[in-house]
Amino acid sequence: MERTCDCCPNPAVVHETLVHNGVKTEVHLCAEHAAERGYILPTATGPSLIATKLVEKASATAARAVKTCPNCGMTMQSLRESGLVGCATCYRHFEEELGTLIERTQDGATAHVGRHPSQVSSLIDRAAARNRISRELREAVSREEYERAARLRDELLALGTSDTSGETAMGEVRP
Amino acid sequence: MSSQPTPLADAAMAPLGDCVLSSRVRLARNLVGFAFVNRSSPEQLADIVHRVQSVRLGGPFEGGARWVNVQGTSPADRLLLFERNLISRPFVEATHPRCAAISADESTSVMVNEEDHLRLQMLAPGMQLRELSDRMFAFDGAVERSLEYAFHPRFGYLTACTTNVGTGIRVSAMLHLPALSMVQELERVQRAAKELHLAIRGFHGEGTDALGDFYQVSNQKTLGRSERDIVEEFAGSIVPQFVEYERAARRVLLERDAAALDDRVHRALGILRSCRLLSLEEAIKFLARVRLGVALGRIDHIPIALVNRLLLEVQPAHLARATGTSIGNGRDDRAPRAELVRNSLR
Repeated sequence: MERTCDCCPNPAVVHETLVHNGVKTEVHLCAEHAAERGYILPTATGPSLIATKLVEKASATAARAVKTCPNCGMTMQSLRESGLVGCATCYRHFEEELGTLIERTQDGATAHVGRHPSQVSSLIDRAAARNRISRELREAVSREEYERAARLRDELLALGTSDTSGETAMGEVRP
Repeated sequence: MSSQPTPLADAAMAPLGDCVLSSRVRLARNLVGFAFVNRSSPEQLADIVHRVQSVRLGGPFEGGARWVNVQGTSPADRLLLFERNLISRPFVEATHPRCAAISADESTSVMVNEEDHLRLQMLAPGMQLRELSDRMFAFDGAVERSLEYAFHPRFGYLTACTTNVGTGIRVSAMLHLPALSMVQELERVQRAAKELHLAIRGFHGEGTDALGDFYQVSNQKTLGRSERDIVEEFAGSIVPQFVEYERAARRVLLERDAAALDDRVHRALGILRSCRLLSLEEAIKFLARVRLGVALGRIDHIPIALVNRLLLEVQPAHLARATGTSIGNGRDDRAPRAELVRNSLR
């Protein structure tokens, strides 16, 4: 079935899946609305496309030069100057840079050992259970044990989707 | 404001109380849904205060929490809380929305919007780090049931400063090391402490001098080792070693020249009993010497608890409160301090 544009009844020509903080969003737009939102359509050819691509690349480089936390606006430079991280999202956004900094300030330590919020431990438990059941399910299917496979599939469904990177305890700044 | 002695004044019979004035465990925590304090607007900080005040803290606050709105509190009362080790110096001086919860027995305090959204702190006299940490983990668990903490699978509990990230735990002991100072071994001990990645600070924490040879020793590393391991190393190895060095130095002083040691501690007592003007620095210096004399049984009739209490009461906000005067503006409080100490040690 042909998808229509998110903004009007015209057929969609741009389809994009965005994943932000583990939440998946699909975008479908017609040519007109896609252009409005800055999508470059494949119909554009010749020098104009090359020029657009170059501009795009330059701005991407500029954005990389001043990497900014999408949540609190902190940059690595201001973080280094103040010695303070701005928010929980900074830890994800600057994970690589902070990893190096933390290793230095924490005498070579790179990862947490010890207590964690009970919510996180239940997520870890759920993820472990899901891995185990998935493995058993694959084995059951390969052995053609379909009854057992059906039961395992139900257990897997009951555990929910695989959104358990353990990061649900990290929120965004509320508006 | 409470006028009861803090738990610190009761260190008389506390474990290792001859050399350890107090133990402290602190956890740094931040809440999900808010930027850290350094990136939050005053409105957001007020929201955080409101959010924390709306939950039941449990544990040591089961009987109710005394909430102190630090912004609306007089500088003298803030300073009093600082002198009682219930809030930190930056917390006294900050201007943004913040508050503190203090348990009835003053053993536990929660600072809201210090460097992190929450700083949970527990204090006990003498060396009691194991007991304190057990109570602290139970309390932390109770708080976490009401307030969701920012946590990262790799970095652990997330904190504004990367020096606290991971466990967010800081364990410390306030040590009294006068004999090590007298036999000039302190520098060597300090070097050893640095090699063990320990922080050594003065009487009132960061940036303060080692008045009266009181040293606060704390862990610097918060990542890569469990809270239990950190506490166990402190309680089972580091603090007992400091105490052993100090006791050995005290024995050396007695063996080498007991008369000189006696002269030193009794001279200090004499000054405290007869002075008419006493600065804070002098008061702590001489009280610390008297404390050594009492701990070694060279001065009798004076309980160590009284010396511990005076170490608190000679501080400016406590003194101003006791004498009904105001603090600050270069006011000379040496006369009332001398009077207080004279009367107490009579």
